[in-house]
Amino acid sequence: MKNTRIVGPALRSHRLVLLVLCGVVLLLTVAAQPSKGSHQETSQAVPAGRGDSENARVTALELGVADAKASADNAWMLASAALVLLMTGPGLALFYGGLVRKKNVLGTMMQSFAMMGIVTVIWAVFGYSLAFGSGNGFVGSFHNVFLRGVGLAPDADYAATIPVETFMIYQLMFAIITPALITGAFAERMKFSAMVIFLGLWSIFVYDPMAHMVWGKGGLLNASLGGAFPTLDFAGGTVVHITSGVSALVCALYLGKRVGYPKIPMPPHSVVLSFIGACLLWVGWFGFNAGSALAAGGLATSAFVATHFGAAAAAIGWSVAEWLQKGKPSALGAISGCVAGLVAITPAAGFVSPMSALVIGFLAGAFCFWMVTAVKSRFSYDDSLDAFGVHGAGGTLGAFLTGIFASSMINPIFKTRSGKVLPSGLLEGNTHQLLNQCVGIAIAWALAAVGTLVLLFVVDRLIGLRVSEEHEIQGLDVSQHGEEGYYWEPSA
Amino acid sequence: MTKVEAVIQTAKLDAVKDALHEIGVEGMTVLEARGHGRQKGHTEVYRGREYTVDLIPKIKIEMVLSDEMVERAVEAIKVAARTGKIGDGKIFLTRVSDAIRIRNDDRGESAL
Repeated sequence: MKNTRIVGPALRSHRLVLLVLCGVVLLLTVAAQPSKGSHQETSQAVPAGRGDSENARVTALELGVADAKASADNAWMLASAALVLLMTGPGLALFYGGLVRKKNVLGTMMQSFAMMGIVTVIWAVFGYSLAFGSGNGFVGSFHNVFLRGVGLAPDADYAATIPVETFMIYQLMFAIITPALITGAFAERMKFSAMVIFLGLWSIFVYDPMAHMVWGKGGLLNASLGGAFPTLDFAGGTVVHITSGVSALVCALYLGKRVGYPKIPMPPHSVVLSFIGACLLWVGWFGFNAGSALAAGGLATSAFVATHFGAAAAAIGWSVAEWLQKGKPSALGAISGCVAGLVAITPAAGFVSPMSALVIGFLAGAFCFWMVTAVKSRFSYDDSLDAFGVHGAGGTLGAFLTGIFASSMINPIFKTRSGKVLPSGLLEGNTHQLLNQCVGIAIAWALAAVGTLVLLFVVDRLIGLRVSEEHEIQGLDVSQHGEEGYYWEPSA
Repeated sequence: MTKVEAVIQTAKLDAVKDALHEIGVEGMTVLEARGHGRQKGHTEVYRGREYTVDLIPKIKIEMVLSDEMVERAVEAIKVAARTGKIGDGKIFLTRVSDAIRIRNDDRGESAL
């Protein structure tokens, strides 16, 4: 397609803008110190032996038990946050890095890594507030800018036993990986500068509102906090996978195909790296899904098991489909299958039984195989690393199947005012939930598609999205970063 | 002086090298190459896309020999490298106008 803007003397002013932006953010951040008392431990031991000693001892005991549980929950949540970050770096970086040609390996890994830096800063300054601050049905507010009010005290709306600061850092890891997933669609041809601006804005205008709608206070789709169209999305099937997957498709269509695609062969330069990345993703996903229980109890176990079963069944599902169709089960296929299963089980993890997880996984594996092979070649779009085929399609399927397989026996999410448990999904007798799932899916699709289109257009007008053809052929590593991924000197 | 270039299967490198050493060939250069004659390649599949790999990895051995050595070297290579199937490779001979030893300026056959 188009997009070969040549930026010459504007470079100096770009550097100036970058410098000023960094300076402003730094100054504001230094000025925003935490308020008094926000970082004090909230649990206090009641000294025993004062007044009525029996009562005092029981109270002390109760507080101690609550404290112990809170500590366990916090430990698991911090570990989960670390696991989810591992999914981006190096999980996704390796997974994607191995799939591109050698000349683009660093450029691809840098795209994921850049999100770790940039989304963190945006989140800290106002991203968290837009997503999880109280606002309206669609977006939060600036109530928690510079993480004001986000300290060690729990926020009972979100998680009663862990500091809200833990909740914030956990959610940040999701905010990081979501835009990183999109990079798979425009691999090997997007300018680093344009990507940074585009995905930074995407994080603000697409991710934060979607996260708010599904998980934030007052969110339109929030199933736990009384949203109008409660969408069951345990760990981010809609928020993370549908938004990133659909955005990926829009990016692939807008930016156009890589030079030489599909004639020139562009096989992965290292399936080994992708393999390592995929296994890191599988393990990290335990933090992604089981951590979404926001506590270390039975629901975390449930989600952990469902996650694992989904991954395993999907790897088999894809491999079986590939074996039947192509005659050999490939390593790349097996790991792609497992990722597809993990994507599909993401919205379902804390709502479905282990057996349902096996079914969901297997279906996702086969379905995504079909999407990535048959559908992609039929419509011949260059979604280079199958971000849409795996995340967009897998996430949509998973969100839909959640409406079918969700069970109140696993997670009694819907209750009457008097506390009576209501059925969750279709198999249990709740025919309405599937409709709500579709609303959530549709909103995710719409927000992602429209938001991405607008942002791509804006950034394209500003600085151009695609590298020049010469730079694309040279490779991103050299043209964007001045490096080579593998520099093997002849031995001295 | 004659240059002997042999394109052989990668698996045959050790056998050819040993055979040449046995007949007294002391100098050779070994390169990794890709190519094909009448040998068909194979197909690899990545995420459903098929890639025909028709440049097959080969080994190329080059050596410059005095004319009396050439036929013995050719025979040694042939015997060591042959499997009887398509893909065994080829040997090419070319005339060399001169050879110079870098260490001490020897020229001609004494440089070999």
